[in-house]
Amino acid sequence: MSESVADGSIRKESSMRILDRSLKGGGLLVLAVIVIAFPQVYSNPAITNYGVYALIYVTVASAWNIFSGNTGYISLGMAVFYGSGAYALGAAASGWHLQGTSAFYLVPFAGVVGAIIAVPFGLIALRVRRHTFIVITIAVFFIFQLMAYNLSFTHGTIGMNAPFLSWPAAGYNTPFYYIALAIAALTILLAWLIRRSRFGLQLRAIRDDEDRARGLGVRTMRVKLSAFIISGAMTAMIGSVWFFYVTQVQPNTGFDPLFDLTIVLMAFLGGYGSIAGTVLGALIIEPLTLWLNTQPQFSGGYLSQILLGAVFLLVVLFMPRGIVPTAGEWITKIRTRGRPAVMPTTSIGTPDATGAGAASGSGSVSATSIGSGSTGGAR
Amino acid sequence: MTALLRAEGIKKAYGGVQALNGASIDVDEGCVAGLIGPNGSGKTTLFNVITGYERADEGDVYFAGQAITNASPDKVFATGVGRTFQLTRIFPRLTVIENMLIAAQGRERPKNLLSWFGKDAWTQHRRHATELLGFVGIERHANVLAGSLSYGQRKLLELAYVLVADPAVILLDEPAGGVNPTLVNHIADRIRQLNAEQGKTFLIVEHNMEFVMGLCATITVLESGSSVVSGPPDIIRTDKRVLDAYLGADLEEDPR
Repeated sequence: MSESVADGSIRKESSMRILDRSLKGGGLLVLAVIVIAFPQVYSNPAITNYGVYALIYVTVASAWNIFSGNTGYISLGMAVFYGSGAYALGAAASGWHLQGTSAFYLVPFAGVVGAIIAVPFGLIALRVRRHTFIVITIAVFFIFQLMAYNLSFTHGTIGMNAPFLSWPAAGYNTPFYYIALAIAALTILLAWLIRRSRFGLQLRAIRDDEDRARGLGVRTMRVKLSAFIISGAMTAMIGSVWFFYVTQVQPNTGFDPLFDLTIVLMAFLGGYGSIAGTVLGALIIEPLTLWLNTQPQFSGGYLSQILLGAVFLLVVLFMPRGIVPTAGEWITKIRTRGRPAVMPTTSIGTPDATGAGAASGSGSVSATSIGSGSTGGAR
Repeated sequence: MTALLRAEGIKKAYGGVQALNGASIDVDEGCVAGLIGPNGSGKTTLFNVITGYERADEGDVYFAGQAITNASPDKVFATGVGRTFQLTRIFPRLTVIENMLIAAQGRERPKNLLSWFGKDAWTQHRRHATELLGFVGIERHANVLAGSLSYGQRKLLELAYVLVADPAVILLDEPAGGVNPTLVNHIADRIRQLNAEQGKTFLIVEHNMEFVMGLCATITVLESGSSVVSGPPDIIRTDKRVLDAYLGADLEEDPR
């Protein structure tokens, strides 16, 4: 009798899961169609500009999330990779005399440069944790900015110009939109693959207790460094695309101190550590910043930053874990309303022999405990 | 019988405090060994030195005749020495089963980079992990965040996830500390069962004398960082030095 009750609940559960999965798949498909069609529907350059920047920051925030969101090491040095990617593309294009669209082949090259920079950067910075790590990433960031000011090939404050593209102004943004979209999609895919893999699990174990993870055989340095390299490479790639898009880079735009603060703000608004949350945060904050900067009453951009700071404070006050995790909690609360609490916790100390007796003896055993608990005990 | 795990003349100082001063211990294969001593006698420090969490100033650690002195924790774990912590150290924001999987893959080296990204690479680990959760009795909580477990359940999880990697020697730091009496018996039963059925070797630090005396075949007593005496429980119980140093009178009232 109770068997059939449990059976029914299991069937209901699995049909819910299929519904859930098809809803998710359908949602992703709709989302894909929307983002692909976006520049076709809104071809106004002022609008597509928003799209390009939003995708750049989706990529950067997702790349940040692969490393910082999983390991808990808050890096404020992502601009190192962003600027280096930009300068790498500029230097390589002028060094190898690449012009026009052929310079786009240098985008993966910028990624390689980012990865190479991430190795010594990571080896040094990842020796320390928490606050010290954050401070070191900031220090490395300033070293790179200083180098951009002072090295000969970066041309100091004048900076570098990107290879010229003789495209008509009307559709100029559209190819950039799709390139940024491709890199953003790749970064999100990577983040998702890492999240569900053993590598991702090791990263999250490091976040919870690095020493313990090490004691259980996780080679922490190697794992942290790998994530740092992946994150750096993706950031450098999108940095080079950004450079191509804005056609020039200077030390204070390529290595912008506000860059990393913006990323962190995006991640915390959307949901620190959550892939969808980070994307959502970038999609909210970047267009909002751009829009505020175009409004005359906020001219100079400083007021818009103050406004964003205020938004951030509100988020921290009312949903400190970010939008996505908080919304997720609400949804589970609504879904499970009226059901008995998850897993009635019987005393764990009950020895197995009496445990079996108690389970058969007590009258009010809920379906969940029959489903999962009847095989309890040691064998 | 040969000593599977041996620590010889371990010295360790923290600044001016000599935590270990020539401590030695032998753990025979297939034996449940105990390590007792007053607070601050260096029991946990000795554990830390053996498992690579602290570096010894002097002395050597051998596992199966091979020197593992001052090897890093992951290497010590990979050679087959697993441990638990006095205050449990689980991964609170991973689920219970994920905690188990971290330990399960600890002793194997991924064949290539891609295997790191494969999800199904550890289905057999998952089955083994679930079995072990059943063995300690918390398999119902497999998909719960480990941080939401009670203290006693965390102790069990820690025991299970040390077992999942199948180490030859298991070091338990106060497995019965802060746990209710029923659960203490449950833990002792599991240790006995593992020792009897699989020949697992244990080294246990514990303040609960009843637990240690009932479980361990040999006991080593530490005092002020050196090993005072070592032998079966009956000898330890009557040793004058031990009684003076540590046990007091309560044990004689409650022989087991």
